[in-house]
Amino acid sequence: MNKKFKAAAIFKDNLQNFLFVLPAFAIFCIFYIYPFYKMIHLSFYDWRGIGPMHFIGLSNYKELMGDSLWWDSIWHAGYITLIALTFQNALAFALALACDREIRMKRFYRVIFFIPPVLSEVVVGLIWNWILNPETQNGSYIGLLNHFLFTSGLPQMVHDWLGDPKTALTTIAIVHSWKGFGWGFIMFLAGLQTIDKQLYEAARVDGAGTWKTFMNVTIPMMLPVILVVMILTILGSMQVFVLIIAMVNEGLVNYTDVPVTRIFSAMQSTDRFGYACAEAVIFGLILVGISFITKRLSDKAKQV
Amino acid sequence: MRKFLTLCSCLIFLALAGCSQPPEPSNKLLLWHWMTDRNDTFQKFAQEYQKETGKEVTIQLFAPSDSYSQKIIAAAQANVLPDIYGILDKKSIVADFIKADLVADLTKDMEADGGKWENSLFDKALADRRFDAGNTYGVAPGIYGVPIDVTNEQILYNKKLLAKAGIKAPPQTFDEFVKDAQALKRVGITPFVSGWGELWLLDCFASNYAFNIMGEEKIFDTYRGKVKYTDPDWIKVFSIFAELRDKGVLMDGIVTKGNKYAEQDFALERAAFTFNGSWCVNVYHDMNPDLDYAVIPPPPISTAYPLKIWGSAGSTFVVNASSPNKNSAIAFLKWLTAKEQQVALARETNNLPSNKEALAGVSPILEEFAKGMDQSTHPNIWPLNEDPSVSEAFDKGIQDIIIGEKTPEQVAEEVQKAKDLQMAKGNH
Repeated sequence: MNKKFKAAAIFKDNLQNFLFVLPAFAIFCIFYIYPFYKMIHLSFYDWRGIGPMHFIGLSNYKELMGDSLWWDSIWHAGYITLIALTFQNALAFALALACDREIRMKRFYRVIFFIPPVLSEVVVGLIWNWILNPETQNGSYIGLLNHFLFTSGLPQMVHDWLGDPKTALTTIAIVHSWKGFGWGFIMFLAGLQTIDKQLYEAARVDGAGTWKTFMNVTIPMMLPVILVVMILTILGSMQVFVLIIAMVNEGLVNYTDVPVTRIFSAMQSTDRFGYACAEAVIFGLILVGISFITKRLSDKAKQV
Repeated sequence: MRKFLTLCSCLIFLALAGCSQPPEPSNKLLLWHWMTDRNDTFQKFAQEYQKETGKEVTIQLFAPSDSYSQKIIAAAQANVLPDIYGILDKKSIVADFIKADLVADLTKDMEADGGKWENSLFDKALADRRFDAGNTYGVAPGIYGVPIDVTNEQILYNKKLLAKAGIKAPPQTFDEFVKDAQALKRVGITPFVSGWGELWLLDCFASNYAFNIMGEEKIFDTYRGKVKYTDPDWIKVFSIFAELRDKGVLMDGIVTKGNKYAEQDFALERAAFTFNGSWCVNVYHDMNPDLDYAVIPPPPISTAYPLKIWGSAGSTFVVNASSPNKNSAIAFLKWLTAKEQQVALARETNNLPSNKEALAGVSPILEEFAKGMDQSTHPNIWPLNEDPSVSEAFDKGIQDIIIGEKTPEQVAEEVQKAKDLQMAKGNH
């Protein structure tokens, strides 16, 4: 009787726990697991989003492997990521270092540096569109940048920044970095503030200069934060989308295509939902691969 | 715990009970649309309609149109479409909706009373949702939508800027157009702007000239795979854009420009010519009420075939075939396209009405646009359309020509490659 009672109590306990977990589990299944499953499932079909679905096996994947525009778009996203990893994070780190010191109005700078990330990507895209506008009216440039270049005696540098395949992607990457450096800045600053000041004092007592202190104290202590910022930068930059749409509409031919715009275009312009899903699966795998490699590197760095 | 279990059971019971109830007709109608500029007028109409008939019509706006399109596709997949909605997509997708039984056939209602409703509407607007016997989409013949306005795309010119360049009359041929553009450039005026960052608008301009250069049969034969894109006539079409580029006719950055920006440029007198649809009358009025402009069809480049412009239904509503309020929905659309409502809609929103009798009340500039309906055509009424992947290669190829990255011949080769790929897949 006692055993039965115990078993019933355990069952009731388990059931109770299960029921409490159930809503979260159901939401997770509905909004994460099911769409994920559906995406993989649809990638094996030829489907226009409505109407009959035709099973075509691995055809979408086969076509994708030979789709040069798709692989170009991966390279474009990689290029944007590279600029973000270097230019954006270096800028964020330098500014965080500056604001970590005793300088005047440092709170004001912190607020200023954090404005771009809180702005909507659409707003940023539209503002930069205006800044980079190549047109003229009544003999003067409408865009701020070209106007500035022209009036400051550099007319040879006036350019259609977003309309030239040689400069469009780099321009987008720089704007993306401008928009994103604030996140890195805040994280680097938070990391710098957790470093024990006694370590700096000990280094100074041992005769270390600014550079040696930076290399032997700041960098090793900041390594976990640097790695987190790197991972977030890679994932954020590889998936850049809204900024591109806001700056160059459907794209400058295919010179500004990134994987997400290709996926969007497959669904929106060519009604190929199955192909878009195959693109999404491959892109997801690439991102998982990158995250895995960065995680391994991070673990190794921690061991060192 | 007990309360929690009871609540769960009740919810499951209610959900199951809800599933088993067939939908019943109600006194309410739900309409989803995407037209920001017409929302206030639609809301007013809904109130008037309720006063007249006692039927409550809820009008819901989902903008912009891209988001609306996605919402409609998602709602169709989940089978939760409203009583009245619009499909902003290619005719092939409309056909898929019809075949999935999501769109009601309105032929009987259109033809009732000796075809009174059908005859009141512009033929070309109705053609947008009309499927004839033996159509290539495999849809049962019938009329599957109600146009609430019509639109067409033409060239607009700024009278003041043309006069400033000493141009007395608008161009009648493509050569004159290029000459005028150069005259404008000489006095520091940008000749031409359009939202060619949006591929459909660029496609529309290119196909106008394709009709003019080779005629529709050759175009359709190209879609069928019988004529190649490397044909000299297609090279001529691509070369138009090379000439426009070389002669400095186009505004800088035109290939990344959305139509909203192009509209702004023309309204603010930054360019003398533009290529846009008749909805622009309302847009320009809001941006610059003093703008003095007029409309001409794109100046022809050849006398071989007539130049056709794109024009058809501007916005079309369809009725949800599975709606329990199907008949009420049809009655509302009949009321919405009656002369009184169409006159009010045209007056308040500066759009061309779909009801022929309502044309008398439109502004002079809209009247000029209306004249273009006679020479209009539209992909939705063509017997067949190009595969979207080939169209994408075509339009992006033209953008490549405009930015000087490729020659017309290179683009023709690439488009043909895309076509060959589609033909190999058996898409045509």
